[in-house]
Amino acid sequence: MEAPPREAGQPVLSLTAISKAYRNGRARVVLRDISLTLTSGEYVAVMGESGVGKSTLLNLIAGLDRADGGRIVFAGQDLAELDDDAMTALRRSAMGFVFQAFHVLPHLSVEQNVALPLLLNGVGRAESAARVAAMLAAVGLAGFGASRPSELSGGELQRVAIARALIHHPPLVLADEPTGNLDPETAAQVLRLLRDRIKAVGAAGILVTHSALAAATADRTLLLTSKGLAPHAPASPIGV
Amino acid sequence: MSGLRRAAAELLLGELRAHPWPALVGVLAIAIGVAMGYAVQLINQAALAEFSRTVNSLMGNADIEIRGPRTGFAESLYPRIARLSDVVVASPVVEAEAWVPQHKQALKLVGIDVFQAAQVTPGLIGRPSSPRLANLDLLGTDTVFLSPTALASLDLKPGDALTVQVGLRPVTLRIAGALPALGEGLHLGVMDIGAAQWRLDRLGHLQRIDVRLRPGVDAAAFAETLNAQLPAGVIASTPQDTRQGTASLSRAYRVNLNVLALVALFTGAFLVFSSQALSVLRRRSQLALLRALGVTRSGLLRLVLTEGALFGALGALLGLALGYVLAALVLRYAGGDLGGGYFDGVRPTVHFDAESALLFFALGLSAAVLGSAAPAGEAARAQPARALKAGDEEAALAKLRPPWSGLVVVAIGMALTQAGPVSGLPVFGYLAIALLLVGAIMLMPWLAHSVFSRLPASQRAVFHLAYARLAGAPGRAAIGLAGILASFSLMAAMVIMVASFRQSVDDWLQAILPAQLYLRASPGGDAGYFSEAAQRIIASTPGVARAEFSRVSQVLLDARRPPVTLIARQIDARQPGRRLPLVGAALTLVPGDPPAVWVSEAMVDLYGFRTGRLIALPLAGRSVTFVVAGVWRDYARQYGTVALSRDDYRALTGDTHVSDAALWLAPGAGPAQIAERLRHRLAGGDNVQYVQPGEIHVASMKIFDRSFAITYLLETVAVLVGVFGIGASFSAQALARSREFGVLRHLGVTRRQIGAMLALEGALLALLGVTAGLGLGWCIALILIQVVNPQSFHWTMSVHMPWLLLVQLAAALVVAAALTALASGRRAMSAGAVHAVREDW
Ligand SMILES: Nc1ncnc2c1ncn2[C@@H]1O[C@H](COP(=O)(O)OP(=O)(O)OP(=O)(O)O)[C@@H](O)[C@H]1O
Ligand SMILES: [Mg+2]
Repeated sequence: MEAPPREAGQPVLSLTAISKAYRNGRARVVLRDISLTLTSGEYVAVMGESGVGKSTLLNLIAGLDRADGGRIVFAGQDLAELDDDAMTALRRSAMGFVFQAFHVLPHLSVEQNVALPLLLNGVGRAESAARVAAMLAAVGLAGFGASRPSELSGGELQRVAIARALIHHPPLVLADEPTGNLDPETAAQVLRLLRDRIKAVGAAGILVTHSALAAATADRTLLLTSKGLAPHAPASPIGV
Repeated sequence: MSGLRRAAAELLLGELRAHPWPALVGVLAIAIGVAMGYAVQLINQAALAEFSRTVNSLMGNADIEIRGPRTGFAESLYPRIARLSDVVVASPVVEAEAWVPQHKQALKLVGIDVFQAAQVTPGLIGRPSSPRLANLDLLGTDTVFLSPTALASLDLKPGDALTVQVGLRPVTLRIAGALPALGEGLHLGVMDIGAAQWRLDRLGHLQRIDVRLRPGVDAAAFAETLNAQLPAGVIASTPQDTRQGTASLSRAYRVNLNVLALVALFTGAFLVFSSQALSVLRRRSQLALLRALGVTRSGLLRLVLTEGALFGALGALLGLALGYVLAALVLRYAGGDLGGGYFDGVRPTVHFDAESALLFFALGLSAAVLGSAAPAGEAARAQPARALKAGDEEAALAKLRPPWSGLVVVAIGMALTQAGPVSGLPVFGYLAIALLLVGAIMLMPWLAHSVFSRLPASQRAVFHLAYARLAGAPGRAAIGLAGILASFSLMAAMVIMVASFRQSVDDWLQAILPAQLYLRASPGGDAGYFSEAAQRIIASTPGVARAEFSRVSQVLLDARRPPVTLIARQIDARQPGRRLPLVGAALTLVPGDPPAVWVSEAMVDLYGFRTGRLIALPLAGRSVTFVVAGVWRDYARQYGTVALSRDDYRALTGDTHVSDAALWLAPGAGPAQIAERLRHRLAGGDNVQYVQPGEIHVASMKIFDRSFAITYLLETVAVLVGVFGIGASFSAQALARSREFGVLRHLGVTRRQIGAMLALEGALLALLGVTAGLGLGWCIALILIQVVNPQSFHWTMSVHMPWLLLVQLAAALVVAAALTALASGRRAMSAGAVHAVREDW
């Protein structure tokens, strides 16, 4: 049950002059004048030094944190105008997340973990079961449905997380260092899978990573620095 | 190694700093448990110490005490005793409890022979206020010496007049001085023995003879030989026996209270256990990390146990302080019998007692250490590699799931209910309750798994998540469940027991109060009586259709037990059930049978007076054979009551006085009107107490409720501990679940939905807990009603289920659980979704 690929080229997300500072004690500006437009079907990687604000940026896009200045428009809606419930509802239907630490819920089976977004979006039981089975097969976990997360390896857990992030065909997938906890071989597999699944549903995706190899799986790479977000020159093989 | 240990200790300390609440709750729980136990212990000790001081100063340095029925024995016994060659001094004593109408209280009056008493009970020799008349006052026919406490409570001073009621007459005495040697706590007056016999209508009778023996004579052996020669119902005993008798007065009640205190301690211990278990579980991966870093198994175990011991010690110390304050407050405001009515006239104060302090400290400490031991052992045994992973603790808890060991414990508990009392105490009954409780708690993982895994699938996200959580982590659910079970079952048991008791007492009062007006010669004490003339006047008063008189007194059947109450009243031997609330069938008497007695349930337990048996009762110094014709329920006296026909009593003793009258009124006559009429017709009619059954009923129920007030208090504590427990287990889980909530927030679950999910989880958990708790509570109540009560108080009762109250309590607990779960979840959510997902599980 693949979703019909979305029409490519439609703007999904646009960030205009975003800024963000943390103030505990002294104010500390993390993001300054960040702009970005993402069209559906587009998969970008964001790189940058540790502590430069990559995760902060993703949190702002997810509506889990509020920007100090600028505008974020997602799926035609200005996030600043949404209250917490509306933002939550938007996240529920239109976003998927992949975390560095997997965060597969330990007390749910693999199946139940993957089905969670469908349940939250009110998809019927029969349809949900079929879609979960198909998705598990697609991420190479056919037969793992009834397993407990504690019985899975890191790579397998991240596949579960990817399945969960995409099962409800969100227009936007946010992945924060999804392979940070994995060995290079597994990481490569997971990255390939992530890209394939994002492309298969026609979603837009943002991949935050430290690894140029990982970034290379995206359509383009942006570099976040204290000065802003800029296209990143493809790294020379020697620089890897 | 020491560096490693320091690192480990720092890790645990850091944890404590980050999440102080669960630890604090655990410490408080232990404190509450220890405080309750220690307070009850202190109160008991204080009351008992005061009580035995009373007994000691009354008995002085007597080696032997000769006692008889309350009505006394013939004084001709005295010279026989005094002449015995081994007797050095024999001091005759007359005793009466006289009512002081002006002050509405009873006063114990003791008549002594000053010359004899000076050598045995010197404390009872008065100090005259006017030295000039000293000796005359000591022997005066109208003089009385009051103890300091009596002077204070009657607000009188030497020189004042004291009027007491004897029969229906006022008798006025002059207070000639005080009894300074008696110190605080004793409420009594002393007179010359001759004066007492005369003024208190005790001519020719003595209540007691205190005896001092020649040095070297074995008191116990002497008492035994003497007993063979004494008239029936008069018993010589050593002070130890007497003390045992007085101590046993309140023993069952005190044991009951101690058990309640232990219940509080147990729930406290359980709370500590579960909070320690949860906190160890929560830190399972941390502990695994320590193992991975090179801390040995035993090192880890020591570490966690040390932590538990520290919490236990802290809680226990806090509890001792709290308990001391509590005991002082209770003694100050409620008295030493905690409303039970056992130590009248005794005003104890609390004294710190190192021995029991140490005991309760040790109990609290070991509860905490035991609570930590099981999870610590598990954590130490766990494979570090597995334990480092999220979700593995559930696998560890799954090992607790098989129900067999729990079932075995429950079965042993059930079997123990069949055992009899151990030296008058329902030891096995209490043990059965404890085992049932422990067994039921052991069954909780199994129950949680079997119930929650059957929860229906739901398409509503909140329900689905809550169900999935309960089904997916039944081990954790079981810990919360056990807390609710423990507190609710004990609460339900108490509620059922008290309600059953209350209803039974209510029914009983209906049965024993068939008349419309009751008269008592004096409101208190035993010096008031209706003479035959007074009885005739009462019976012939216009408006009185029928009058039945009764004589209440006491006889001594066993020096080691409190006296037995003897009630002589009009009883129709063919229909005894019309006057006595019979239990079981009554014997139909045939001509030629000895006279009949109907005995209370306690007589069957304590003296083996079964229906149909021939028994001997001492009446007027003779042993008389009676047949036990039936058993009745007496909630008023737990040490045994014997009822016999007044005609038989009068014929056997010649005693024509009565203490009580029950009046049936002619149509049209009102009780108030008749009381007014009697007040005028009877000489001294103003001193008579006139009560209507309704008033007795209300007063009795008030006394009932008062004596159970302490139970309600302890019950409240159990409830608090229970809610505390829910809070602790949920907040411990909520902390561990902050990441879960973070992920759910990312997935688009609203805060409200998470709140609803938590509340639903809490409510479902509590619902299962109270359902199981109700079942267990019912079983415990049955044990309390059918084993513990009959064995400790010797009375039975029927079971009444206070459904409304139970449902209300259950609902309150479920709501409390839901709210607590919600509240603790709020704290976990406050960390923020972003922050929560940054950490590893
Ligand atoms: N809640 C917060 N309060 C205060 N400062 C914060 C908070 N979260 C992040 N920061 C600061 O903001 C800066 C950016 O943090 P962020 O997590 O976005 O970095 P990052 O680019 O994702 O780094 P990394 O690659 O190490 O994950 C950091 O310097 C961090 O110290
Ligand atoms: Mg980051």
